[in-house]
Amino acid sequence: MQHAEPITVPVDTLLEWYRTLVFCRRFEEQTERSFRRGKIGGYLHVAIGQEAVPLGFLSAIRPDDVFFVSYRDHVHTLVRGTDPGTVMAELYGKLGGTCKGKGGSMHLFDVARGNYGGYGIVGGHIPLAVGAAYALRYQGTDQVCLCFFGDGAMNSGALHEAANLAGLWGREGLCPVVFVVENNQYGMGTSVERASAVVELARRFDAYDIPNERCDGMDVVAVYEVARRVVEEVRRTGRPYAVEALTYRFSGHGAADLFQPYRTKQEVERWRQRDPILVLERRLREAGALDDEAVREVEAWAEKRVQEAVSFAESSPEPPPEELYRDVYGA
Amino acid sequence: MTEMTYREALRSTLVEEMDRDPRVLLLGEDIGVYQGTFRITEGLLDRYGPKRVIDTPISELGFIGAAIGMALLGLRPVVEVMTWNFSLPAADQILQNAAKVRYFSGGQVSVPLVIRGPNGAGVQLSAQHSQSLESFYGHFPGLRVVAPATPADAKGLLRTALRSEDPVIFLEHAALYGIKGPVPDGDYTVPFGQAAVVRPGRHVTVVAYSRMLHLALAAADELAREGVECEVVDLRSLRPLDMDTVAESVRRTHRAVVVQEQWPLFGAAAEVAAGIYERCFDDLDAPVERVTGEDVPAPYARNLEKLAFPDEDRIARAVRRVLQ
Ligand SMILES: Cc1ncc(C[n+]2csc(CCOP(=O)(O)OP(=O)(O)O)c2C)c(N)n1
Ligand SMILES: [Mg+2]
Repeated sequence: MQHAEPITVPVDTLLEWYRTLVFCRRFEEQTERSFRRGKIGGYLHVAIGQEAVPLGFLSAIRPDDVFFVSYRDHVHTLVRGTDPGTVMAELYGKLGGTCKGKGGSMHLFDVARGNYGGYGIVGGHIPLAVGAAYALRYQGTDQVCLCFFGDGAMNSGALHEAANLAGLWGREGLCPVVFVVENNQYGMGTSVERASAVVELARRFDAYDIPNERCDGMDVVAVYEVARRVVEEVRRTGRPYAVEALTYRFSGHGAADLFQPYRTKQEVERWRQRDPILVLERRLREAGALDDEAVREVEAWAEKRVQEAVSFAESSPEPPPEELYRDVYGA
Repeated sequence: MTEMTYREALRSTLVEEMDRDPRVLLLGEDIGVYQGTFRITEGLLDRYGPKRVIDTPISELGFIGAAIGMALLGLRPVVEVMTWNFSLPAADQILQNAAKVRYFSGGQVSVPLVIRGPNGAGVQLSAQHSQSLESFYGHFPGLRVVAPATPADAKGLLRTALRSEDPVIFLEHAALYGIKGPVPDGDYTVPFGQAAVVRPGRHVTVVAYSRMLHLALAAADELAREGVECEVVDLRSLRPLDMDTVAESVRRTHRAVVVQEQWPLFGAAAEVAAGIYERCFDDLDAPVERVTGEDVPAPYARNLEKLAFPDEDRIARAVRRVLQ
C-alpha cells in the first residue's frame, strides 16, 4: 500500500455517503425478498458488504467517465445515480427497467451515465474496458474508464490478455483504465488461496508493468482516497492502474447459495465487525455528525425510497411482445 | 468498372473508408510492420500510423474484446484474424458480448465492428487450420455473416460492413485473394442479405457461396456441355439469409443442389435445404441434394484431403442425381 496525504472529505459528503450505503443495503435486501417471493427471476447477485468499493470509486470519477461491471452490478448502478425504480423494474423484468426488462440483474446499463453495463461471463468484460479506454484517448478526450471485477476473474485468460494490452497501449498513454479488483475473498465457494497461485492479487499486475496497490475495501473513505489519487494519475498519464480492494460479501454468492459450506459463521461475524456501514457510522458519530435519531431518519428515508422503487417496478408494464425482436440489430 | 483482384478490392475499400471516416481503425496480428499475412493491409501502417493500424500481440480474446469496447465507445474497428481458425479463443467475446450486448442493454449500445480474414480450407493445412466457421457464427442472432466470392462483392460487402451498426463476420477465402474481376467504381456497396443469380439456367438451381461458388460455376460449365442448364445462386450473405432469391429460382427450376465446404451436420446447406422445403415443397420434382465436406477433421495427406472436400465432379454428380 502506498501512503499519500489523506484527502479530507467534508462531513456533508460523508453523511451523503452514509445515506447511500444504507439505501443500497436496504435495496439489496429487498431484491432478496422479492426473489424469494418470485418477483425476480434468474440469477441474483447482491453486493451486501461490498458497497464501499463501488461507492468510493464512482465518487472519484467525473460524470463523463465510463465504467464496466460484472453481474454484481446493482450498487454500482444505484450510486451512479440511476433511478432506483428503473433498476428494480429491470430486476422485475419490466418495460420501465434500465434495459426494458431485457437484461435483468446481471446486465444493468445506463450509458447516459457512462455505465456500459453488467456482464455475466466471469472476466469477459475486462477486454471491453481496455478497448473503451483506448477509444477515449483515440477520440482525444481525458476521460477515464473503470473496470470492476471479482477476485475469481483474476484467473481468467481474459484478464491477462486485457492487462497485457493495457500495459502495452498504456506505454503510449492510450489506455486510461483502472482495474478495480473487488476481492471479496471468494469466487462462489472457492477462496482466493484455493484459486490463485499468488494471493496478493494486486501484485499479479506487476507482470504487465501496471502500477498497483491494495486498499481497505470496507472503508469508503479509504477507497475514495485511493480512487481519487489513482483516477487523477490515470487521467493525467493515460496509463492503466490496478487497485485490489479487500472486501467481503455477507450474503451468499447468489440467491441459490443457501448453506455456504465454504466458510464459517465466525468468519462472517468477524468481517461484519467491519461492515462498511458501521465503519462509516462510527466515523460520523465520533465526529458528532450522527446520532441515534439521525440514524433512524436515514433508515426511514432509505426504506421509503426502496418501497417507492418496488411500487414503480410493480406498476411498470411487462415488455410488449414486439420487444422480443427489437434490439437484435441496428437500423 | 476497374479490373482488380479480390485482395485489391479489400485493400482499396479499407483505404477509401479510412480516408472517409476517422473512426475506422485496424487491429490484428502482423497487419502493420509485416504488411499482413495475406498483404491485405500492405502500406496501411505508413499511411495511417500506429494509432490507427495496431499490430497486436497474439491475443485474439484480448484484442477482439478490446475492439468490441472500442465499438461501444463509438469507433469502427476492423479486426483482421490471421485466419478464422484463430477466432475461436475469442469466440466468447464475439458470441457473448458483440452479438448480444445491444439486446441485453435494451438497445443502449451498438457494436459497429468488422472481423475479417480467410475462412475455409487451404492446401494441406490439416485439421486445425482448415475449418469453415460460417454455420458456427451464423447460428447467433446479433451477428451479420457474409462470404463474398468475387472482387466486386468483396468491395461491396466490405463497404456495407464498414458502415454497419452491427458486428460483421466477414469471411474471405485464401484461395480467392488472387482472383481478378470487374469492380464497379465509386461508392459501390452490396447490401447484406441479397443473394445473386450469377448464372441463369432452366434445369436446376445450384446454391453456393465463397470458394464453392467457383466450383459450382465450373460444374455448370461442364454440365452445359451435356445440355444441362444450371442456375447458379451465390448466397453472399449467410445472416441474413436471402431465401427469397433461392426459392424464386427453385420455383422455376424445380430442382436444387446446395454446396458448402464445411461439415454436413447443422450446416449452411441443411439450413438452405430446409428453407427450400418450407417455401417450395410442391414445386420440387426431386429431393434437394447437399454437397458438403466429409464429416471428419481435415486430413493432411493430399489424397485424403481431396476426398474430404467438395469438388466440381461431386457437384456435377449431385446435379445429375436430382435430374434423374
Ligand atoms: C466463465 C464463467 N465461468 C463460470 C461462471 C459461473 N460463475 C458466476 S460468478 C462465479 C464466481 C466469480 O467470482 P468472482 O470473480 O470473485 O466474483 P464475485 O462473484 O465474488 O463478485 C462463477 C464461477 C461464469 N459466470 N463465467
Ligand atoms: Mg469474489
